[in-house]
Amino acid sequence: MPVGLVVVSHSRALADAAVELARGMLPGRDLAVGVAAGDVDGGLGTDATAIADAVTAADSGDGVVVLMDLGSAVLSAETALELLDDDLRERVVLSPAPLVEGLVGAAVTAASGAGRARVAAEALRGLAPKQAHLSG
Amino acid sequence: MSAVDAAALTAWVREFARLAHEQRDALTRLDAAIGDADHGANLDRGLTAVVAALEAQPADDPAAVLKTVATTLIKTVGGASGPLYGTFFLRAAGALDGDDGRALATAVRAGYDGVVARGKAERGDKTMLDALGPACDALDEAVAAGESLDDALRAAAAAAAAGRDATEPLVARKGRASYLGERSAGHVDPGAASATLLVEAAATALAGRG
Repeated sequence: MPVGLVVVSHSRALADAAVELARGMLPGRDLAVGVAAGDVDGGLGTDATAIADAVTAADSGDGVVVLMDLGSAVLSAETALELLDDDLRERVVLSPAPLVEGLVGAAVTAASGAGRARVAAEALRGLAPKQAHLSG
Repeated sequence: MSAVDAAALTAWVREFARLAHEQRDALTRLDAAIGDADHGANLDRGLTAVVAALEAQPADDPAAVLKTVATTLIKTVGGASGPLYGTFFLRAAGALDGDDGRALATAVRAGYDGVVARGKAERGDKTMLDALGPACDALDEAVAAGESLDDALRAAAAAAAAGRDATEPLVARKGRASYLGERSAGHVDPGAASATLLVEAAATALAGRG
């Protein structure tokens, strides 16, 4: 099973659109990406318990890489780690990558069957093509 | 009567919820000046849910009360104060061992350390730590000096308020307010203001317990 991916965002619409964009890189392949986005009322916000649930659902034994937007998304993702079982926590990587570019890199790499360290590394490299292009 | 039993902790949190509701607009005004104008609304929503959760599932175990507060805040606040206050109560729940003033001081200190670790902030960054830190110090000192729980919590509340007021001239180095740089000076920090309510609520709700 591939490494699990979870997107954490203040906005459900933003998270779903980022997932759609990443899936576009993988035509004909069904890569599961969990989403934990928005507050309990459907407004802008993040919820660590929802993140913990999404991470638990996304893990198939090979761990999970979590991509997030900013601010409380980061704090909530870290808080979610505290809510997980000890053995699962060790298999979760919180990626500092930018959400959109990182998710595309992670999705393509996860779909190839790479391990979570490699998936996380490729997520982090997601910004490199844009940086190289605009600095040229 | 045990000083710091489940009923006392429930009363503390209920009083915090009452104060946050009463001060909701004032907290939001502070946040409008240097943040995203949602602190009062977020905290009020979270604490309203906490009061409902404690009524739906009253706990006899003091640590279980704090755990319920933590998970409910994490779930319902939405903004950064959710994981920050949630972590405070989560760590306090884990450290609570006993029902006297010393146990409360130890639990509150563990909660404070959790907020430091979660927010990666220090005192002087213009955050809730500027009220919570002095309150922890005052509580520890008073308990170590053998003062009553009443006096210790009154000292902690006074220290929190002084710390809150001292955030006004500071330049924010964490959270949304840090984007404003120098323009964040001249406003009291909303997180320090709500953290002061948390400590004042303890002084009020636990009065007469020791």
